Amino acid sequence: MHIPDGYLGPATYGTMFVVTIPFWAIASWKLNKTLKSKQAPYLALGAAFSFVIMMFNIPIVGGTTGHATGATLIAILLGPWAAIISVSVALIIQAMLFGDGGITAIGANCFNMAVVGGLAGYGIYRLIAAGSDAKSKRRLVAGAIAAYVSLNASALLAAVQLGIQPLIEKSPTGQPLYSPFPLSIAIPAMVLEHLLLFGFVEAAVTALVLKYFQKNEPDMLG
Amino acid sequence: MSLGIRATVDVNIDDMTTIKKLWIGIGILVLLSPIGLIIPALLGAGGAWGEWGLEEIKKLVGYAPQGMQKLSHIWKSPIPDYTLAGRKQGLAVESLGYVLSAIIGIAFTAGAVYLLAKLLGRKMRRNR
Repeated sequence: MHIPDGYLGPATYGTMFVVTIPFWAIASWKLNKTLKSKQAPYLALGAAFSFVIMMFNIPIVGGTTGHATGATLIAILLGPWAAIISVSVALIIQAMLFGDGGITAIGANCFNMAVVGGLAGYGIYRLIAAGSDAKSKRRLVAGAIAAYVSLNASALLAAVQLGIQPLIEKSPTGQPLYSPFPLSIAIPAMVLEHLLLFGFVEAAVTALVLKYFQKNEPDMLG
Repeated sequence: MSLGIRATVDVNIDDMTTIKKLWIGIGILVLLSPIGLIIPALLGAGGAWGEWGLEEIKKLVGYAPQGMQKLSHIWKSPIPDYTLAGRKQGLAVESLGYVLSAIIGIAFTAGAVYLLAKLLGRKMRRNR
């Protein structure tokens, strides 16, 4: 889901920076108000987790690969704003050092994975987990569903951003200038693989780590 | 339901051990990370959908879109695709390169977030 350079035209990647920067600002402001400097190691851990979990590429035989992001898990443990910052930094380092995701697509990729994964994942988790005990099964189910839904939302957004390119960015002869696949190809391809496989991987990762925290660090589940 | 950050963790004496334990977990994931390289290679899975290079795009649609040609090389990353060891070196060497890439990436990521969080946390104290 790391959109590379060259797939999105300037109108799209520019818009996505404009959309994402306010979320970075709000997240920084929220953390500034609530974060204790002693909590910095936990944010660093969250970012490290997101970075490494995205290296676990899961294959579809003979097809493509995908991976979990950890965004919803981090949002559950550290709050959505901490998740936005941690996952965004992981994505920016991946783009700059490893060419995983484009420099021009940093706004889009951070919105799709960090902002949506953090905020939507956290919102869905809180909705389902509301009123439940920190050690309850419901917390695990809530985390799994939140992770599954938010990753699929991220995939859908990436697919739409890619799929509109042939519509809005064309040469005078009508040839696509950037990602050449229309919505009718991009959406099924991206969404189906996340609905059928990668979403479940994100859900399992989230529930497993939550289970670990329930057992060993229940205080962190509030 | 509020979307404000929860009063995340109350720092207590167990904290160092908690942080240490969690870093050990990250370390284990780093060592296991080549799974994410080896299994796709064995199963003949390519990269992710929509993350093909120019050559692959040419094969897929018969041409390389003009804008894509210009933009795709806008940035030269020092370690493309976590292949510190280079490509076609055999899975063992590539796995080692993958692990080292993970360590480098995590050092930069965790370091940057740590500094950022320290900075944000500190400003708050001054404002009080």
